Amino acid sequence: MTWWRRLWFRSRLEEQLDKELRFHLDEHTADLIAKGHAPEEARRLARLALGGPEQVKEQCRDARGTRWLEDLWQDLVYALRSLRQRPGFAAVALATLALGIGGTTVMFTVTNGVLLKPLPYPEPDRLVTLEGHTDANGDQNVAYFDFLDCARNSRTLAPMAGWLFSGGILSEPGDAEFVDRREVSSGLFSVLKVPLFQGRDFLPAEDQPGGAPVAIVGHSLWQRHFAASQGAMSLVLDGKRYTVVGIAAAGFRLDGDEPDVFTPLGQNTAEFLRNRKPHPIAVLARLGPGATLVQARMELALIGRRLAAQYPDSNADRSFVVQTLAPDVGDVRSTLWLLLGAVSLVLLIACSNLASLMLARAVSRQRELAMRAALGAGRGRLVRQCLTESSVLGLAGGALGVALAALGVGPFVSFWPGNLPRAEDVRIDWRVLLFALAVSLASGILFGLAPALRAHVRDLERALRAGTRVVAGSSSRLHSGFVAAEIALAVVLLVAAGLLGRTLLRLSSLDPGVNVRDVLVTRAAISPATLSSPARMRAAWSDLLDRARRVPGVESVTMVDTVPMRRGYNTGGYWASADVPPENRQPVALITTVTPDYLKVMGIPLRRGRFFDDHDRMASEPVVVIDEVLAEHAFGNREPVGQRLWVPDMGGPAKVVGVVAHVRHWGLAKDDQSPLRAQAYYPFDQLQDRWVRRWSELMSIAIRTRVPPLGVVEPLRREVRGVTGDQVLYEVRTMEQLASGSLARQRFLLLLFGIFAGLALLLACIGVYGVLAYLTGQRVPEIGVRMAFGARRADVLWLVFRESLRMISLGVAAGAIAAVAAGRVLQRMVDGMQPAEPSTFVITIPLLVFAALAASFMPALRASRVDPVTALRQE
Amino acid sequence: MTEKSDLPQGTLDLLIMKVVALGPVHGYAIAQRLQQVSRDVVQVPQGSLYPALHRLENRGLLAADWKDTETGREAKFYRLTRHGRAQLEAETASWRRLAEAVGLILKMSEGGAQ
Repeated sequence: MTWWRRLWFRSRLEEQLDKELRFHLDEHTADLIAKGHAPEEARRLARLALGGPEQVKEQCRDARGTRWLEDLWQDLVYALRSLRQRPGFAAVALATLALGIGGTTVMFTVTNGVLLKPLPYPEPDRLVTLEGHTDANGDQNVAYFDFLDCARNSRTLAPMAGWLFSGGILSEPGDAEFVDRREVSSGLFSVLKVPLFQGRDFLPAEDQPGGAPVAIVGHSLWQRHFAASQGAMSLVLDGKRYTVVGIAAAGFRLDGDEPDVFTPLGQNTAEFLRNRKPHPIAVLARLGPGATLVQARMELALIGRRLAAQYPDSNADRSFVVQTLAPDVGDVRSTLWLLLGAVSLVLLIACSNLASLMLARAVSRQRELAMRAALGAGRGRLVRQCLTESSVLGLAGGALGVALAALGVGPFVSFWPGNLPRAEDVRIDWRVLLFALAVSLASGILFGLAPALRAHVRDLERALRAGTRVVAGSSSRLHSGFVAAEIALAVVLLVAAGLLGRTLLRLSSLDPGVNVRDVLVTRAAISPATLSSPARMRAAWSDLLDRARRVPGVESVTMVDTVPMRRGYNTGGYWASADVPPENRQPVALITTVTPDYLKVMGIPLRRGRFFDDHDRMASEPVVVIDEVLAEHAFGNREPVGQRLWVPDMGGPAKVVGVVAHVRHWGLAKDDQSPLRAQAYYPFDQLQDRWVRRWSELMSIAIRTRVPPLGVVEPLRREVRGVTGDQVLYEVRTMEQLASGSLARQRFLLLLFGIFAGLALLLACIGVYGVLAYLTGQRVPEIGVRMAFGARRADVLWLVFRESLRMISLGVAAGAIAAVAAGRVLQRMVDGMQPAEPSTFVITIPLLVFAALAASFMPALRASRVDPVTALRQE
Repeated sequence: MTEKSDLPQGTLDLLIMKVVALGPVHGYAIAQRLQQVSRDVVQVPQGSLYPALHRLENRGLLAADWKDTETGREAKFYRLTRHGRAQLEAETASWRRLAEAVGLILKMSEGGAQ
């Protein structure tokens, strides 16, 4: 008989088993009667010879091999019945679990979407990135010519495609708007194996200087600006008309962004693409058929050496690095792991809470279990039954938790500070469900194991013999163990929250180096018509600044290319004398291009000398202003003003005319640890002509206002639009937003850790209360005796408090040690964290101790009110 | 009263198969036959007889049918399957070899003592 048939015909098998044993007993009895025994005696002897019929039956059932399934079913029915009998317990357990598992599932859903899921391209494991590497600068993008050489010569990486991050003003069709543009080489879409929604990819002939002006538009731009039209389309971007040859697939992403427009990279003849020194091109490739990553690395190393020999000037120590394409998620990775860890601690606390609740139930059910054992249930059977019960709870809690998570993921993602990379991939999928299932079962087993193992047959016999009195001695130790564990976990979360809180306080009190009040910063784009000559661009910028100054409420206006605490920076090597060492041995500074009002707008203190003025022009002597950090590094104790500074990227030497205070460019949290802190400023008016176009594409303006800065945005937009109506502002922020954004991650972590710590505290208190209430309830007769012998109320109170203090101190001691370790983890993963100092422990731990003692007050009070007479009568 | 011995581990299955090999037989008869044949030397725990029967049936060594006994009651009769017969032969042979070897060893140590 197959196993499922045995299961199916279970009741018939049971009937037959019963019949078979009855037949045996009847035959044996008959034989014994025939041998001269009295009928009653004969039946007794026959039964004795066979053994307990239920036990024999159990063993026969075991022999069937489908035992576990039958039992499982029986246990399930039993578990549901016993949960229904105690709806209060079931409700508390389900709510706790639903919260714990729900929280963990939300965190895992986000982690899964952002970190674990493969990228949404076909065969993502065959996709690689190619980067240039020098010892001085680490990994960088690739020079355009280097990219072309690699693409032409590589056999293992085929196809290969490059792209350049850029933008532009779309002036037709529709209102002028700044759009996100990628200049891509032909074949990018086939490297990614993502077909276009409509139309075609760029042809190799179009990916050349002088190729036909063609463009591919993003799906959402197509809907927004072209009303999803089907006819022939064209657009005007930066004053140049392009024919639209294709529409990208809906939701197509490149490096996490959804670009609006793609244009052929090869048509861009800008100088920074026509030499090997700048490295602006991001390169993607697919491993060719049969090629491995190792082969590709070897081949590209060879190509790198050949280029180094051929162009020693630019490629001397440059090698190429091939890596499997991975999403760039920055510090979101560590944030997510931290939060997943924290929420798992909450789940663990919930589990140990439930374990002690289940244990209390198991102890009060001892007589029932003992009865079942006496009736023939083996120990394993009882353990399994307890585990089934807790697993049923775990699964039901898990199902509720997944429902909660489904509701909670959306709000959580929108609540994330800044943009969560790959947010579009965050959703509940089979991985999440599998995770939730595993977590539910694991928690069920975790909190069911202790009570199950306590269902020890020997103890149970004792329980039967003990009659009404319940054996509670050994369980009280286990109980205290659970409570101590909960308290220890709560200490870890509390201390972590405390550490984050202190860090946030400390960081918020730091001076960003600029006066962030009433400053607006925005990227700006001048009319594309002016891009034809440097002189016209300079005039356009000057006009744009004048227009901005005319807006009511504006106090002063400046140009600035890289804004403190915003994404984006410029670096360059510097040297304090004419014997400039090779590029890789120069110290590096952040270089910012500004106009004279910059200092006034940003409120940066001037330390020595002067800042730029209108006399610092192209024709006059090149000048530079440095910050204290660079001054200290380059000139030490010498007076920096009047010295010369060689900044190779800016041409020859420049005269240092002033020293300004250091600005925390990397934000309040990161700047102090950053290896790149020295800062240099130079005037836009002295920017070499060949850079003006590129700089114009990236330029921002900063405005100090006399009124709340966001109030001037609309008038400013209108005024800046200009005569041609195609000058636009984008990425408008206040400096206050940028400064607070630089701490957003710390603030977010603190908030969530605070919530988790609060939950942990609450759960631990419930645990303390529940266990003490249970244990004192068990000790009522003993307390009665003590009081009969003259113990006072205070003595009884102390008796209970002593119990709770023991658990609390054990938990606090273990938790403090774990918290030190947790502090180290935080320090490594969160910028601006300092080592865990004792004061945090001194502040947070008493909080927990008081809460736990408060939770033990009720049970203690109840114990002290025990009436000795009733208690003893109960005995 | 005769001295009784417990069965060595694993021999119960062998004995049951041997008894069943003689023809279809029900559980109670197996218990009795075992006791008679071993002249009451072998103590067959009746409690473990039925689990053993069910285990053998489950492994396909025994098959069972419900038939009437001579007294007219319906009982479960076990018989050996082809697989069971092969198994019985194999186990009998191996048991013989083992018993012979044990006998030889015992004899040798007696010789050593002389």
